[in-house]
Amino acid sequence: MLSWHLRRQLTGFAYTLPTLAFVALLFITPLLLVARMSLTNWPLLSHGGAFNFPKNYLSIWNNRLFWPAVTFTIEYTVLATLLLIGLGLGLALIVQSQSRWVAWLRTAFLLPVSLGLAAASLLAYGFFSRESGPVLPLLEQLGIGESFGFFATPIAALLTTTFLVVWKFAGFYMLILLVGLQGVSDEIYEAGQIDGAGRWQTFRHITLPMLLPSLSLSLILCVTGSLLAFDQFFILTKGGPDNSTITVVQLIYREAFQRQNLGTAAALSIIVLIVLLLINVLQLRFLRRGEG
Amino acid sequence: MAAARPAGTPFHVLTGGLAILFLFPLAWCVFASVSPKAYTAQTNGYGFGNYTTLYRFGVGLPMFVANTLTVSIATVVITLVVSALGGYAFARFRFWGREVLFLLTLAILMVPYASLLIPLYVLLNTIGLANSLIGVALVLVTFQLPFATYMMRISFEAVPRDLEESALVDGCGPAAVLWRIMLPAVRPGLVTVGLFAFLAAWNEYFAPLILLAQSSKETLPLAVAALRTQLPMGQVDFGATEAGVVVLAAPCIAVFLILQRYYVRGFMSGAVKG
Repeated sequence: MLSWHLRRQLTGFAYTLPTLAFVALLFITPLLLVARMSLTNWPLLSHGGAFNFPKNYLSIWNNRLFWPAVTFTIEYTVLATLLLIGLGLGLALIVQSQSRWVAWLRTAFLLPVSLGLAAASLLAYGFFSRESGPVLPLLEQLGIGESFGFFATPIAALLTTTFLVVWKFAGFYMLILLVGLQGVSDEIYEAGQIDGAGRWQTFRHITLPMLLPSLSLSLILCVTGSLLAFDQFFILTKGGPDNSTITVVQLIYREAFQRQNLGTAAALSIIVLIVLLLINVLQLRFLRRGEG
Repeated sequence: MAAARPAGTPFHVLTGGLAILFLFPLAWCVFASVSPKAYTAQTNGYGFGNYTTLYRFGVGLPMFVANTLTVSIATVVITLVVSALGGYAFARFRFWGREVLFLLTLAILMVPYASLLIPLYVLLNTIGLANSLIGVALVLVTFQLPFATYMMRISFEAVPRDLEESALVDGCGPAAVLWRIMLPAVRPGLVTVGLFAFLAAWNEYFAPLILLAQSSKETLPLAVAALRTQLPMGQVDFGATEAGVVVLAAPCIAVFLILQRYYVRGFMSGAVKG
């Protein structure tokens, strides 16, 4: 007969076996595999390739789409992050009180969040089209729509796609920031009012510092999500016009499945992984310092 | 906060306008899917011609929906089983390697999804799960696990210990305690985990795009995206696409409206501790 403690140990261990299986087989193994693939010329359908380091990494450097993709991804990330967190904070301030009306507003702002990004992108595809959408005919009636296309120029394609993303995700960041706002107790606000703080001072010196953990969570999620953007550009612009809206993840997809260079795609994946880890560590450091 | 409390009519008009702005594209899409349009099945008057196009596209809408439901249900069920067992063990048992495994599970969040899909494609090919809906579901479960395991762990930790101990004293085995006492107590956590897993799986685009090669296995998001280019001469069937978006969005919106408080709850617990 096993002792009670040993039995508890074994039971606990047994219950985590499925988790262990997923972590080992579908997380650790592909992580090791992608590192190995990045060092070889791995053809699309095979079980391995010849060691060729550093060829895959050098070929990324020489890929003429690489730097434009990096630049574009960063531009998009900065734009989307500023707009999403700004609007998310605005919406959170609007819906932080409790009333029937505010409950309706929350639902309205959250509804696009429940849609998939692909579905939302396909919706935007029709919404901003000349053939089907309501916007261009309206602009034409105002006399400014004839030569305008929402995806016709690089800048228009970027702004239109960002608009879609802001519409779809603003409610998500509203919710995260709302959690932060509700963590600020009424007593602190009352103390501020007693000290004679105005609206802006209250926001600047009470709300904003207390909101920092939620803001940093939003920032990390938003920056990470935007740097990994794929669906929206793949569906809406297919990287066009003139390859101006290719993101880094789209480049991974192209290398792997259009040019059948799994080794190069793996090397790109490794670079993305390292850069994202570094960015998240830096963001956490920076925000921790801000808190302290 | 006193400063932002509804201040009567201007507040209502402004925020109401903003809410309409958020809802308008959704309403427009439903309307556009039944409106007449050139190059669609619905050229004259209002009707459901675009839905007929959608229904007959490729291997047919029922097949695409069945594929998507297979992936979604498998993802939800497996995520719930794995995270409930794991969460219970992490919350209540002490065993060797507990914290390491928990941190490793959370670390899945740190690695970009896109970086792992290329090796996952090779891996699934090797173990004979290439082009398989279950293969897609297993990949999606992996990326649900950090949130799900964390959520289930804090849910189990919040259950009073007395509840469990009195059952153990009464002679229930650990499995019976989990099934009869603990699972009913963490039902809100299970609903939240299931809801997030369903929304993620039903809507997933990138993983099936990479992991599924045959059109008969395609999920609905892939099918609706492909539907755009079915007409000759580069014409786009906007009507059928909009019908597809409605079919894609309807279950998400329904599930969200019914389970909204569990959705919000997921954020609350995540952000309070995080």
